[in-house]
Amino acid sequence: MSNPSNLKYTASHEWVKTEADGTITIGITQHAQELLGDMVFVESPAVGRKLKAGEECAVVESVKAAADVYAPVGGEVVAANGELDGAPEKINADPYGAWIFRLKPDNAADLNGLMDAAAYEAHAASEAH
Amino acid sequence: MTLRQTPLNAAHRAMGAKMVDFGGWDMPVNYGSQIDEHHQVRRDCGMFDVSHMRGVDMRGEGVRAFLRHLLANNVDKLTLPGKALYSCMLLPSGGVLDDLIAYFMNEQWFRIVVNAGTADKDIAWMREQAAKLAPQLEIISRDDLAMIAVQGPNARTKVWEALPGSKALTEQLVPFSAAVMGEMFIARTGYTGEDGFEVMIPAQAAPFLWDTLAQKGAKPIGLGARDTLRLEAGMNLYGQDMDETISPLEAGLAWTVDLKSERDFIGKAALLASPPARKLVGMVLLDRGVLRGHQKVNTAHGEGEITSGTFSPTLEKSIALARVPKNVQIGDTVQVAIRDKMLAAKVVKYPFARNGKAVVSL
Repeated sequence: MSNPSNLKYTASHEWVKTEADGTITIGITQHAQELLGDMVFVESPAVGRKLKAGEECAVVESVKAAADVYAPVGGEVVAANGELDGAPEKINADPYGAWIFRLKPDNAADLNGLMDAAAYEAHAASEAH
Repeated sequence: MTLRQTPLNAAHRAMGAKMVDFGGWDMPVNYGSQIDEHHQVRRDCGMFDVSHMRGVDMRGEGVRAFLRHLLANNVDKLTLPGKALYSCMLLPSGGVLDDLIAYFMNEQWFRIVVNAGTADKDIAWMREQAAKLAPQLEIISRDDLAMIAVQGPNARTKVWEALPGSKALTEQLVPFSAAVMGEMFIARTGYTGEDGFEVMIPAQAAPFLWDTLAQKGAKPIGLGARDTLRLEAGMNLYGQDMDETISPLEAGLAWTVDLKSERDFIGKAALLASPPARKLVGMVLLDRGVLRGHQKVNTAHGEGEITSGTFSPTLEKSIALARVPKNVQIGDTVQVAIRDKMLAAKVVKYPFARNGKAVVSL
């Protein structure tokens, strides 16, 4: 599966989608779900929580391991995907559909610092040694 | 460092395995979904490459007397050829050097199967003790053998289909015993809580057996599912649930330590001198999350620690083994520190699941 070209990416393997209303939706990439394996638990941040860029704000756990999810930019949490509570495996089946939380960025320009799909693929390949 | 490979390495890659460094061995962690592999074993049949584990043959006059001294469990329980015994091998301090299975074949031959990561250390220890007590014994590391575990309710049938002639020889085998078939060794043992066989076979013949089993419908299962299966079955993992610093009496293994007979064995005096203050219990997480090794456990009787934790595919809940103060009781609710939260868990009697079903009562 290739990484959609309409999304932005972080070095810590989150994808970021800019919505029409200026909020951003965040999930984890195909590469990240593949590394972690079968998901069994997702803990999303509370709505209303204010996050700094790079702050740990969610946890995804597979049978194998727990991994932190980081805020790609600073902002306020405006929604969390409650569907994942009962069905964390949706992240495995559809990583770019199974979003984890949504942020209202403090500053939309911060998004320019994120990677595009090509840069992210190069980054993921370099980590795969 | 170059990773060691089993004779089935190419077969795993051809089957799409995700390979990982497992204690210096290049091993399959899964071939797709670990949870599907887990259910495959509980419901039908799966096969595991466990060739990284080591067979050790002890041969010579007096081998039984030597093992009577070397092992914490009593090999005198083994009277029928082929019968197996699970035991710890202890240090003089009472700490666990390794856990192993000893098969009694005849009075001149016992076969022992030890863990991968501890094999070299174990053999050095066995030879050191034998040099003092039984220098006539030959202690032979069977690096030339591969080992395939076939597990699940349909596992024995698959092995019989894959190995012509094996059915007549092994159909009557009671659990925890083995038969020799030519250069193969077929044991009705395993590490999953399901029926099945563990087959030791010359390394060069292993890929053929693996492929034949696959043709008969045995699905390859990675070490990921092996861990969730053994934990549901309430079986200890060396290096996690016990090690050289832990007494078997504090690792849920008192049933394997014979303190009643007159027999002396390495570690016995230390065990008698220091009665256990802690014990191993099962736990089921009541809140949402996943229990993992090394998480702290708060109980009414003091602090404990999780030794192995995971998500149980059979129970669809998180389960763990934990070492806690000895006064903690089955049914108690305890608190587990997971990241910045304290989550509630219930202390339960384990195993959690066996023979395809959940057996823990919540």
